[in-house]
Amino acid sequence: MRVLVQEAPFAFAAEADAFASAASGAGAVVTFTGVVRESDSGAMSVMEIEHYPGMTEKALTQIASEAVSRWELADVLVIHRHGRLAPGDQIMMVATAARHRVAAFEAAEFLMDYLKSRAPFWKKEILKDGAAEWVAAKDADEDALDRW
Amino acid sequence: MDVLYFAWVRERIGVAKEQVETSAVTVAELVEELKEREPRYAAAFADLSALRVALDQELAEFDAPLAGVREVAFFPPMTGG
Repeated sequence: MRVLVQEAPFAFAAEADAFASAASGAGAVVTFTGVVRESDSGAMSVMEIEHYPGMTEKALTQIASEAVSRWELADVLVIHRHGRLAPGDQIMMVATAARHRVAAFEAAEFLMDYLKSRAPFWKKEILKDGAAEWVAAKDADEDALDRW
Repeated sequence: MDVLYFAWVRERIGVAKEQVETSAVTVAELVEELKEREPRYAAAFADLSALRVALDQELAEFDAPLAGVREVAFFPPMTGG
């Protein structure tokens, strides 16, 4: 299990490849990458991601450990960035490895649902005209936890 | 204890971290003490349903006891992923 919180970009392909190579015996590897979405109006220039150093690492580790205890996973990887990102930049990735694909898919979805509302990150959209707005949490994201 | 603020709570109060001497028994009592300090605190804590709290870096409820707690953090609902 590996959890990384970092400002620097990560190399998605290299991480995914190394993860898959190390998970020997696993028949299924699922990866998910979150990308900074352009705002609907197209007016966003930068997304600032604030986090709670210390708690972030703890929360991500707890979430990853929970996934490992619920599904038979060979390995889990979580990378989440903070700082200033531009539309198109990769924010985060998760990877899960399991003997069969159902566990790998489900665990990846579980990780994503919990990362959304239980990992202490906050997103702020800085618009091209200089205005700034905090991204509000969605009820749907909180509701998504109920299925687990 | 150390009190930390994140995202718009930090912006509204104007500091990221401060030392607070308090005899509050619960988080809710601490919030009431802070609200009485200055309008910026009252503004930040106006709607507790829009806030979350962590005690020593674990999510908690507003009626949780503060005994033994070293670090309290207030922030809006999280938006990771």
